[in-house]
Amino acid sequence: MSIERKGFRHLTEGSYPATHVVGKSVDKVDGYALASGAPMYTDDIAARDFPNRLHGRILTSSIANGVIISIDTSAAEALPGVRLVLTWKNTPRTFYTTAGQGWPEPSPYDNQMFTERVRFVGDRVAAVFADSIDIAEQALRLIKVSFKEEPAVLDADDAMKPGAPIVHPEDPKGAYDSAHNVAAHLDINVGDVDKALAESEVTISETFQTHYAQHTPMETHTAFAYTDDMGKVVIVSSTQVPWHARRIVSRVLDIPMSKLRVVKPRIGGGYGTKQEILIDDLVAYGTIKTGLPCEIELTRKEEFVSSRTRHPMKIDMSIGCDKQGHFRALKMYVLSNTGAYGSHSLTVMSNTGSKTLPLYNKATDVRFFGDAVYTNLPVPGAYRGYGATQGYAALECTIDDLAAKLGMDPIELRKMNMIRVGEGSPIFEALGEGRQGVAQTIKSSSLPTLIDLGAEAIGWTEKRGKRTRNGHKVRGVGMSMHMQGSGIPLIDMASASIKLNEDGSYFLTMGATDIGTGSDTILSQMAAEVLGVTMDKISALSSDTDLTPFDVGAYASSTTFVSGGAVVKAAKAVRNQIFSVAAEMLGEELDQQLVIAEPKVEWDNTQPDPILSFYRMDDGNVVSARSGKKVSVSDIAYRAYYEINQHQIATTQSFVSPYSPPPFAAHFVEIEVDELTGKVEVLKYVAAVDCGVSINPDLVRGQIMGAVANGIGFALTEEYHFGSHGNMTNSSLFDYKILSRRDMPPTEVIVVDNYEPTGPWGAKSVAEIGINGAIPAIGNAIFDATGIRLHRTPYTPDKVLAALRGKSI
Amino acid sequence: MTISINVNTVERSFDIQPGEVLLDVLRREGYLEVKGSCHSGDCGACTVLLDGRPVASCLILVAKADGHAVTTVRGIGDQAHPHVLQEAFVKNGAVQCGYCVPGAITSAKALLDENPDPTEEEIRLAMDSNYCRCTGYEQQVEAVLDAAAQLRKGDKK
Repeated sequence: MSIERKGFRHLTEGSYPATHVVGKSVDKVDGYALASGAPMYTDDIAARDFPNRLHGRILTSSIANGVIISIDTSAAEALPGVRLVLTWKNTPRTFYTTAGQGWPEPSPYDNQMFTERVRFVGDRVAAVFADSIDIAEQALRLIKVSFKEEPAVLDADDAMKPGAPIVHPEDPKGAYDSAHNVAAHLDINVGDVDKALAESEVTISETFQTHYAQHTPMETHTAFAYTDDMGKVVIVSSTQVPWHARRIVSRVLDIPMSKLRVVKPRIGGGYGTKQEILIDDLVAYGTIKTGLPCEIELTRKEEFVSSRTRHPMKIDMSIGCDKQGHFRALKMYVLSNTGAYGSHSLTVMSNTGSKTLPLYNKATDVRFFGDAVYTNLPVPGAYRGYGATQGYAALECTIDDLAAKLGMDPIELRKMNMIRVGEGSPIFEALGEGRQGVAQTIKSSSLPTLIDLGAEAIGWTEKRGKRTRNGHKVRGVGMSMHMQGSGIPLIDMASASIKLNEDGSYFLTMGATDIGTGSDTILSQMAAEVLGVTMDKISALSSDTDLTPFDVGAYASSTTFVSGGAVVKAAKAVRNQIFSVAAEMLGEELDQQLVIAEPKVEWDNTQPDPILSFYRMDDGNVVSARSGKKVSVSDIAYRAYYEINQHQIATTQSFVSPYSPPPFAAHFVEIEVDELTGKVEVLKYVAAVDCGVSINPDLVRGQIMGAVANGIGFALTEEYHFGSHGNMTNSSLFDYKILSRRDMPPTEVIVVDNYEPTGPWGAKSVAEIGINGAIPAIGNAIFDATGIRLHRTPYTPDKVLAALRGKSI
Repeated sequence: MTISINVNTVERSFDIQPGEVLLDVLRREGYLEVKGSCHSGDCGACTVLLDGRPVASCLILVAKADGHAVTTVRGIGDQAHPHVLQEAFVKNGAVQCGYCVPGAITSAKALLDENPDPTEEEIRLAMDSNYCRCTGYEQQVEAVLDAAAQLRKGDKK
């Protein structure tokens, strides 16, 4: 199979089973509803169903560090239309983390709903629920707060210095060493890296600094809550993690889970920031206290200042190799700035090493270590790429500089050292997400092909090192290579339920949380493939803590692989139940062990599913392999539900995998540097990716394109500007520049499918990997064009110009 | 005060407060297909047509729309009767989270009404104010080219 059109090539390597729905770019199941603006997002539902709801607004800190000496809410409370004012004085004091992660939670419990201490400009001080947004905003202005301001830590480099202000003097549970502002610490050793570096014929050491950036989903964090007629608190939330949201809110507000339900409607983008419990606690508490529906919709400014960002990191990277370029030592130290709270501090830092260093598995001696430090700055959290993006910025730029030192082509140096099929890396086992990992062996990879196709598409041989000049503009090409994961092995669990309807259609409910990615669509495709039906026969619902089975949520590139595994298992189990009734109807024997055996996700060519030698699904019918007779699935359902041996044909299955097969990518870019202004223009971008079998190629392309656009913005234009007390000064979409339609350079996506035997229908995940390339590939292209290595991001004109004028950056 | 706006070809009158913007009144009156995002005219999510011209409804004082015609994305087409642009967005994989899509399709409609055969560059220019964080824009641009071609062939409305 090969599809080619401008900007998109889709190829396959190897051979695998024929499919009728999987691998097709079917319409997104919610496509027409979304394209006609159906009221399906959180605020739409609140406005439609609860026109008289209360509106919440949050008062945030205007100082970076200090203590609230007094807070007077009486004037605000007296304002007509104000229904509730919340501060630390009248809210639960439970310590928790806002990070929506698995259990036990890896992030420190350094957060409370409200505290006497504020830790950054933007920290929560109070909240108001009122009859209108205007009244709530007026009320905020009537709250009188007096602070005792204290010195603040506004630079991660200063956080661990003796005498530095302590951001969390209360010594939160789970923080590594709060007396020195260290939220999390890691030190992973394989072999003896310092000895290996000392003995290496060639070594290189560099330091890179990445910057603050924000996800900017078009829909800001929005949630509302109401109490239903049976006294249950229902939170409708733009969340990536409904079950984590329920668990955390249940604990913070001390509400039993039987009295708490979280519903995820359509979500207007997440990219990680909605893996965070930022307002769900407030709207739930609001409705408990007032008895009225309560909503909060963050403003765009609050989204920038008070929600979540990407961890800025300073990374020291050293590589040791022989004169031919064979890697021996990789040493990476990370100083991660986790801002005022330690949300995802340990796990993002883990991934900076665990998702990057195994790519170069020829190194025998590896050390990955780091500190995530508290500062009085905005709070980072999960963000597409999850630390790997920062790790690749350092690793892939250092490799290019090493290639220059060795006098080698950077592609050849990478090929010599990269991981290949059949190989593992000790890092997989040594380092998981904040704890020990799980050993992995690569079972599928198109990486060698991705490199060759990408190099050809950018014109590597013709352009590299040529420095084509047009007046004061000079061109260069650069590349970088990446892997990510497919969920967290042996941690991430997903489940799915399928039940058969009488007309032969199916209802699929999943915990998998479609946040706009298209997971409802691709997971329906996987079910339709197993059940031998077209897409219109599958009706999907995600996700609702009462109505759908459990799933950890949409993060860690887990949905396609992990939730897909659950859906494939559920589809196979329900199919086997259907076969069992078919056997009854046809008067044929069928071993019940085959019907009830736990279905497999993995595909093994030598061991086909044994039940398929008796029956197969074919366009809404069951066909007997023995007699050739056919019986319709609808007839099977009617018999099972109304006539003989009545029972429900349905199942719930869950999937957790010891595997997390990495998707692979090679990114190539051609840029032009304006030596007069320092502006870097991207002329062409090529992203080549292997995500196993593309379940829906158009949606795969969209995931990669979106990640590349976000990556180029991160590399060139998106950054936080800070005032003298750590206050963000560009908190609008006018001043914080994401790429617009005209900013987006011509971009070619090359997808090379390669059957991953551990994945559902051969798939791996693809959501995050595309964001990792822009910084190193563009950095390497700037180096090719000018000979200048930039060590700080983003590559804005001022930095490029200063470097061109001989200043060190 | 009370004002009259022709919304999606229906004459409506609304009680409004001075200072209210078109976006807020439309949503309050149930036109929930108009999505709010930045509330400062930077992102294009709330784009509607005012007398056929695309505007950021978060910036337009609603009183200014008194006596004028507003078209929202549902006035362009709905699920039962999608406009060729909406169909092209779905068919080209141009919808991800979908939050920007009503605004993007509305801008595209204004473009095609004026220029039935736009170049890729003209599409990017006409829709430049419609931010999208999911798609990287390419498939949305292809969708508009696709829709324009179908409309020119005359087999679609």
